Amino acid sequence: MSGIKSFFNGIFSIFKSKKDIKLGFYGPPNAGKTSLANRICKDFTGEEIGKVSKIPHETRSVQFKEKVEISYKGKKMVFKMIDTPGIATKIDYEEFLKYKVKKNEAKKRAKEATQGVIESIKWLDDMDVVVVVLDATENPYNQVNITIIGNLAARKIPVLIVANKIDKRKADLKKVQAAFPEYDVIGTSARYGKNLDKFYESIFKLTKKI
Amino acid sequence: MKKRVKKIKGFSIYFMPYSEIRNLDSEGRMKKILDIIFGNNILILQGRLRLDEETRLIGDTMAMIGHVKNFRGIELAVISGNGRENLLGKIRNNVASTLFGGDIGAITIIGPATIVKEIKRNPKKIELFLNK
Repeated sequence: MSGIKSFFNGIFSIFKSKKDIKLGFYGPPNAGKTSLANRICKDFTGEEIGKVSKIPHETRSVQFKEKVEISYKGKKMVFKMIDTPGIATKIDYEEFLKYKVKKNEAKKRAKEATQGVIESIKWLDDMDVVVVVLDATENPYNQVNITIIGNLAARKIPVLIVANKIDKRKADLKKVQAAFPEYDVIGTSARYGKNLDKFYESIFKLTKKI
Repeated sequence: MKKRVKKIKGFSIYFMPYSEIRNLDSEGRMKKILDIIFGNNILILQGRLRLDEETRLIGDTMAMIGHVKNFRGIELAVISGNGRENLLGKIRNNVASTLFGGDIGAITIIGPATIVKEIKRNPKKIELFLNK
């Protein structure tokens, strides 16, 4: 009986291994999740995954890019890229008024962003590997970051922490590394494509933990 | 036209020992916490929720924005051990967690966003900034 079971498990694992790896981009709003995902998609498919903006919560629904074949040092892997809306515990439409967004538009944006957070949380279970993108110029000890990273660890989903915006003067990579000593933390600048080799290397390493 | 500024009429700080939620399921814990938050209280909870419950709290409260009058979300912070305790410390924490069902050495602060503007946290302290 156990022989039959292991035979079918073997068959299923063959099919499973052929599936694209679901690579999720999580993190707080405006950390550069879409910028980083765009950079990768553009490098390997020639197309971007979504629009970026200085206004927080530009991504308000989950965005996908299928069949992204990433090659690094002779190795190739196919990913399904999943870019998620930034997770926050509150969204106030007045925050958008500072960016000269009209009141009605700001209210609509806040409502959509709120739905986006709920959608992001629902998707947590479906990821194979997650890149948590943090803004290296901000305080990393944000409870949302800690809760999301802890949650992924509890679900045994491999996590890579990216401290983005290291091109900025205020960026503090060491502070992010000190906040999450149990995880791989790499610094990148999605805007200028800095340190992406290290990113790809870390992602390939991480997929071995699936 | 003069902008109308809503003032906070008052708030209370509510301390809850872990024993009050220890025997509740996730549903019951959420309800108990939300009842306190919706009453314009800042909750200081001994211990912490499970990680899935913390995530659920974020999701549930976001879903309530626009459906509960004057509710704009929450501010949340947890102070707990930094995971760098020595072996004896880790064993002690694990035994306590097993016996009491949660990280009772931690403190969780949850406040409605209408009252709590921001909770700044670093490993050693928490600063609570209130709305004017």
